[in-house]
Amino acid sequence: MEVLFLLILISLFLGLLGLAAFVWSLRSQQFDDSAGNAARILFEEDDP
Amino acid sequence: MSVAACPACIALPSDEIIEQVQMAQRLSISVPDMRCAACMQKIERAVSEVKGVISARVNLSQKQVMIHRAPEIDIEDAILDAITNLGFEAHLLDNKQMGTVRDTAGHALLMRLGVAGFAAVNVMLLSVSVWAGADGTMMTLLHLISAAIAIPSLFFSAQPFFKSALQALRARGLNMDVPISLAILIAAVMSLYETLIGGGAVYFDAALSLTFFLLAGRYLDHQSRLKARSAAVELSALVLPRAQKITATGICTVDIQELELGDHILVRRGARVPVDGLLHSEAADMDVSILSGESLPMAMVTGAPVFAGSMNLGAPVEICVTSIGQDTRLAEIAQMVATAEASKTRYTSLADRAAQIYAPVVHLLALLAFVFWQFYSGDTRFAITVATAVLIITCPCALGLAVPAVMTVASGRLFRQGVIIRNGTALERLCSVDTVVFDKTGTLTSGDFTISKRPAPQEHRLAQALALKSDHPLCRAITDDGVSGALPHITDIQEISGCGMQGKYLGQTVKLGHAEWVGAHSSSDQVQTWIRFGQQSPQMFQFAERPKPSAKPAIEMLLARGLRVVILSGDRQQSVDRFAQSMGVSQAVGGVLPEEKMRLLRSFGDKVLMIGDGLNDTAALASASVSMAPAKAIDAARAASDFVLSRDDLTLIASTITTAQSARLRMLENFSIAAGYNAVAIPIALVGLASPLLAAIAMSGSSICVSLNALRVKGEA
Repeated sequence: MEVLFLLILISLFLGLLGLAAFVWSLRSQQFDDSAGNAARILFEEDDP
Repeated sequence: MSVAACPACIALPSDEIIEQVQMAQRLSISVPDMRCAACMQKIERAVSEVKGVISARVNLSQKQVMIHRAPEIDIEDAILDAITNLGFEAHLLDNKQMGTVRDTAGHALLMRLGVAGFAAVNVMLLSVSVWAGADGTMMTLLHLISAAIAIPSLFFSAQPFFKSALQALRARGLNMDVPISLAILIAAVMSLYETLIGGGAVYFDAALSLTFFLLAGRYLDHQSRLKARSAAVELSALVLPRAQKITATGICTVDIQELELGDHILVRRGARVPVDGLLHSEAADMDVSILSGESLPMAMVTGAPVFAGSMNLGAPVEICVTSIGQDTRLAEIAQMVATAEASKTRYTSLADRAAQIYAPVVHLLALLAFVFWQFYSGDTRFAITVATAVLIITCPCALGLAVPAVMTVASGRLFRQGVIIRNGTALERLCSVDTVVFDKTGTLTSGDFTISKRPAPQEHRLAQALALKSDHPLCRAITDDGVSGALPHITDIQEISGCGMQGKYLGQTVKLGHAEWVGAHSSSDQVQTWIRFGQQSPQMFQFAERPKPSAKPAIEMLLARGLRVVILSGDRQQSVDRFAQSMGVSQAVGGVLPEEKMRLLRSFGDKVLMIGDGLNDTAALASASVSMAPAKAIDAARAASDFVLSRDDLTLIASTITTAQSARLRMLENFSIAAGYNAVAIPIALVGLASPLLAAIAMSGSSICVSLNALRVKGEA
């Protein structure tokens, strides 16, 4: 049964990891301009 | 503002200072015509190349360029020039008025949605183990962990509902959020109590998934309203924050507020006039379409009044300032629009009407259940459990998703067709429209002209050679008219503001322009221009406004639906009548001022769809029950409209009405589905048979049904 506690902890940790990734993407403005970001992947790389 | 050196004495929080400093080095420019990846890249490249620009980033969703600039140089004009040269219209936005460009409300909702989603999934996992048969200490432990996740998450993510419910209660009303907040609060408190005493009626998962589904609905709703920035704010964005003042020492760029009445300012070619004033230069060609809707440039002479918002089409002109800021015509119109926006009869959306029935019924049922079980069984704990189950299980999430899910599907469908919805309840209002009112210039016509009568071939070619050197719309029509053979070589070509074009050919003067100037006599009210070679008799070009190719089919489609179609225009009655006849429209009113447009609209009843594109239509757009702006409308008209067409195709109007009717049907069906679920679930809850498992199933089941039904919204006519 002890393994259950470990599993609960692991699942919570993974869940929090996902949440953290989501918060990070939100904070780094990745949700600000969905139309623009969709278009940006079509850009040629800028000259160095 | 001074920044104190000692950290303890700082009057402003450092964040605020940093923000203010950054604000000063930041510029936002609105570029309404930008549509695709290619536009974005072109604009970013061009702006980055301007000296003094550190970085430029386009936001395609908001159609703005955010520029980070070096603090010391004046570069606004250079940037605007760079964008204008690419063929886009660009307005400088005043950062202070527009506020920050970032969508903080949307961010907050997304953040709450993320937290609710995380918590709901994890608690659901724990609940599955309880339903699978965990009992005793194991069950209590699982419940405790659930509580540890659920309570803080609920406290954080359900805040929008709590706040809105509080507001409604303070105003002594009920809205959808009152039963929702009650259900979440009571469920959380009761589940915590049950957990602590080791009981089984724990509803954390239901409360969380309820919050999650409702937040999803709320976010969809927010997304569809995001672009609904107030038209009045957009209008004031048209007011330029700076002007080029002419002083004894030269020309310097100053803030509008620093100008005084009587000052002289310079307006570049292609720039908008920032103030109301009198023309000081000898002559000017101004595009006043934004104010009057008149598509032809207006020729002015010294002393003529010039209004803020007009665009200078000719050589740079000098203007003597007569009023600035709030006293300009433009500001008056903005004020009128703000009043129209505020007085627009508040439409009660379907969702609100549903909530008005739903909330009291649910509260009454829950109360009755509590009272009955309290007296029947004498077990207060059981009575509370039943009342909570009633509150939770009555599917507020199906109701909360019923409208946003349909809205999202419908707006997605419309977007792919080329229609952008800017207002959530617009689709519902569009269903019942019985009159469609069109503005003429720019909406039904393209603003371009075609030649209906031409002079003899020799004069025709001379005129083409002259017209090539001008940007005037009539000149463009002449050059577009098909070149036959080589053009004569004309020397000394000059554009005389307010009169026309002049040049020398074979030693004689050639003039192309107004009747009086070339020495012709004209009494026609049609649009004409004259060409005269030397002393030969002047000859005439006559023009007709070119209707958009989609205008006639669009009007026919609307008439076929049995709608009344009316054309309103600021142009002369005769030309409007002629145009209406060619379009097959029987009712047309010409010579209408912006204020009259508003009054006329009201006289058509309260089910009017207004379609217009200019500043002169903005007040009418804001006061009509539903409004649409065509593809090339100005920002303010877009902002005042419920729908914006992103493709230049007016037949979209009819197909939008079809989609709106289909969407309304789906919304009503969704409410029936939610009601059907309640009809089954409420009796179960009332007799005390509802378990947390049943609540979870009812909740997800109804939400999924409602979302699936929303997908049936029709996209095409």
